[in-house]
Order: sequence, then structure tokens, then C-alpha cells
Amino acid sequence: MTTSSTSPGHGKRHTPDSHSFPTRPYDLVKEMVVAGVILLLATLALAAAFGSLDEKAITLQDWAKAAPNDVVATATGELAGTTDSAGYGPPYNNASDGQKLGPLALQKWGGVRIPVNSAQDLVLTPLQSGTPDASLTDALATWKAANADQQTAWATDYGDALAAVPDGNPASVAGGDYGPVPVMASSFLTLAQSGGLEQLMSPNFYGGDRTKQLLLLSDGSYLEDQARARSLGGDQWGMMNEAGNYPGQVWLGMMTFWYQIPAIGDSDNGDALVWGATAVIVLGFLFLPFIPGARAIPEKIPVYKLIWRDYYRRQKPKA
Amino acid sequence: MSAVEGTATPAPGATTPEGSPSPTRTSWTAWARYRITHTVPQGQWLPDRQPAYVASWIYVFGMATLVSLVIVIGSGVVLALGGSEWWHTSSVGHYVNSVHLWSVEIFFAVMAIHLWGKFWMAAWRGGRSLTWTTGMIALLAAVGTGFTGYLSQTNFDAQWIGAQAKDGLNSVGLGAWFNALNPATALTLHIIVLPLAVGAIVIMHVILVRRHGVVPPIDAEEPTS
Repeated sequence: MTTSSTSPGHGKRHTPDSHSFPTRPYDLVKEMVVAGVILLLATLALAAAFGSLDEKAITLQDWAKAAPNDVVATATGELAGTTDSAGYGPPYNNASDGQKLGPLALQKWGGVRIPVNSAQDLVLTPLQSGTPDASLTDALATWKAANADQQTAWATDYGDALAAVPDGNPASVAGGDYGPVPVMASSFLTLAQSGGLEQLMSPNFYGGDRTKQLLLLSDGSYLEDQARARSLGGDQWGMMNEAGNYPGQVWLGMMTFWYQIPAIGDSDNGDALVWGATAVIVLGFLFLPFIPGARAIPEKIPVYKLIWRDYYRRQKPKA
Repeated sequence: MSAVEGTATPAPGATTPEGSPSPTRTSWTAWARYRITHTVPQGQWLPDRQPAYVASWIYVFGMATLVSLVIVIGSGVVLALGGSEWWHTSSVGHYVNSVHLWSVEIFFAVMAIHLWGKFWMAAWRGGRSLTWTTGMIALLAAVGTGFTGYLSQTNFDAQWIGAQAKDGLNSVGLGAWFNALNPATALTLHIIVLPLAVGAIVIMHVILVRRHGVVPPIDAEEPTS
């Protein structure tokens, strides 16, 4: 019924119509049922034998109890505008242009479509929404009355002072002009330790979007410390790894590979470079039938002779 | 080239070599019926015979990919009935999640073998380039489905993957349109949008396979009767 056509993989070489060849019985339905039963049994057995990983999510309360100094440093950083999210750029804010792929400012072109003001949304709003406290009320009033430069100076100085003491312990910080920031950061920690900070950041009964909570958690070092301890860092093949011995997204190996190259993984535009490199490979595979040279690889490396060995064996006597 | 190849549709109202009239110029319904009934040659939708050269275990992996996709969807449907957090608190739910995880791992494993098998067969020959491309698109859609599944776990894993993935997506502007830190979006894409996309592309891929038949061996000559 179909006829032969010229093969794009063989230049002008002719590929015969498959329907013109001699046939043999082939039971597709039987193949489907047998394969289905075998794979279903294999799946059920693997699930029973190895199960699946389910480590509880880290709550902001967990974080505050396990690493209180990290919470104080992160809250201070949000107020100073020195955290990752505060200086991120699109899609959260205009603090920077973000990453570029060569001359292409793709991140900037995406636009600020998920606006997040790190100081206001991640720290001040929860503080203002929490249980009223006299010292916190005064601190917030002082903060609000100050101009932006003063606010930044207080928070930056306090952040530097925290970084200068062992473990970032607020109790060890040298005296200085930090304005209301120590009280605000301390109150933020208390709020986080009491639980419910997630809800104060996004007061929606149904939850759902966790952008602000995850940005805050990511701005601290605790989440990354936990991930790296499980070999999930980007330079640990973490994109395709899973904690423990569970299989992860192995199919992302091609992307993960690029992060292991220091020139890419350590670049300020590393993520964009990885996406660019991966896009080139994916496009190469998508349009492989039309790429001279690449489409001829299977002819040069005769794996096909193994696949069709019965056919070629039958053809030999005729030759 | 026959009507089945799609490059030489008979004149309107004419009778095809198979004996059925070709679509008229004015009737969309007739055109649709003609396309539906003639896209795949008669008898090739579910043939009980294949070309004699179809004799290798590598051919099984196409079917294995299809049936493993069915297991993935089936276990996912059960998980969806329990709700997104059911598997954290129920041992039955946890087992169903494990079945879903391992079915996905098997699905990708057999699909990778299928893909590499087709690569070494240069299976895009003979007008089959669209068959290859739809297979690759199905793989990409499946990767997206798997990724959104990992984001939908509502556990530590999902937190870390979301925190890391946002940087990659944002770096090329995609984060403005898909927020990896919103598990509600991820779940919706994972259980509705992307499975529909994978299903549609896989159906198109299978139709193309049945339409063109299994690619003949490299350097095969036209059989003489």
C-alpha cells in the first residue's frame, strides 16, 4: 500500500517500502499482555523491596530550632538586601538583570512576573502580622521612620557583625549602631520558633503557592547544608541524584553533566549555560534525521548488523 | 507515492486504489473521515504479521514503553484519588507512591533502550523523520512530567529540587511562566496537562509507526516477488 521513498538518512539511497517485504506471524497483543504482566510484576516487586524515599519537609520552625543563628542572619540579610532573593532580579524583582546566555538576557526578558520584596514580604509583613510585642512595635516604628539608606546601613552593619563572631551568635556581637535590627531579627526568630511563620507570609487558608517560604529558606544556609549532606549539591550530580540509594531523575544526567565542568558550574551564568548546552543537544536529537553526518552515524558503526543479523544472514547466499 | 504517504491525494471524488472515494473539496467531514480511515493502511492498525526482518528483542522495547506508561498512569491515578499528601501518612499510600516511582524508573529505562535501538537502526529513514521527532518530543514531555512529579512530593526532596530548579528555569526566562516554587502549579501540570501532552504525542507516534511500518534494514534492497 505504501511505496518506497528516498531516505533523508542516506542521501539519495533508496529505502524500500516496509510493506513490500515478506512477512511472518507477529502477535502484537500477546506481546503487549506478556510485557505488561512482566513489567507490572517487576514494578510491584521493586516497590515492595525498596519502597520510596519520603523525608519530611523542613518547616520554618524546624529551621529556627535547628539553626537559630542562621535564621537571624537570614532575616538581617533580607532587611539589608544582601540575600540571594533580594538581589535576584527577574522574575522576583529588578535588583539585577540576572543571568545571560551570551548576549541574550533571557532572564531579564522573562520579566518580573512573581514580584517579591524580600525585606517586606519575607520579614516585615510576618513581623507586623504576628503577636504584638512592645519592643517589637517600637522597633518596627523606628525602622519605618528611618530612610532607606539608614535602614540599609543598620542591617548591613548588623549582618557584618554577625558574620564576624563564631557561629554568627547574636549574643556575641560587638556593640554598635544597629538601630532596631537586632530586636527585629530576634523577634523574627521567636516568631519562627513558635511555628506558623509560613502562614503569616502567605495568609491563604488553602496554602498552595510556597514561593516566599522557599525563597526565605533558600536564602539561609540550613537547607543547602542538609542537601549537601545527602550528596544533592549541584556539583555532586545532585540534579539526578536522590538521597540515600534511591534512584532519582537519572534522565537529567545530560544536564547534570555540565554542572560538573568548573568553567560552567562556577560561572555567574552557569545555569543559563547549562540550559543552552542542553538545548543544543536536544535540538540535535530532535532534528537528527536532517543533520548530514550525524544521521549517518548508525551506518558507520554497524550496531544495526547485530539487530538485523538474521536478515543479513539470509541475504548472504543471494549475494 | 500513494495516498497513504500523503503526497498524492487522488482528485476530489475520484476512487482511490483501495476503492473508497477521496474527500470532496467542500466537506470538512468527508475530509476528516478520509484522513481517519486512510492515515494508516488497511490492516495495519493491529496487524498479525510483520516484515520478516522484524526479529530482534530490541523491538519489544517499543511495546514495553507503552505498557509501562500505562502502569505509570494507573499508579498515578490511584495516588491522585488519595490526594497529594496521602502517601505521607498511609502505608498503603506510601506503597502506591513506591509503585509510581518504580514504574517511572522502568518507563524511562525501557524508553531509553527503545530510543537508542531506533538510533542505531537509523529508524528515520524512508519518510519516518516525523516518527523519530514525535518520539523525541514524547521523551521531552515525559521528562517534564517526571520533573513536576518530583516538585509535587510536598517533602524535603521537593523543597530542594524546587529551590535549585528555579535558578535554572529563571536563568532562561522560563521561571516567569512556570514557578518551580509553587507546588500547586507543579501538581496541576503533573497530573493533567503534561500527561495529556505525553498521551497525545505517544498516540501520534504510534499512528506514524503503523502508517509507515517498521523501517527496513540498512542497505536492504526492494524485495523481488
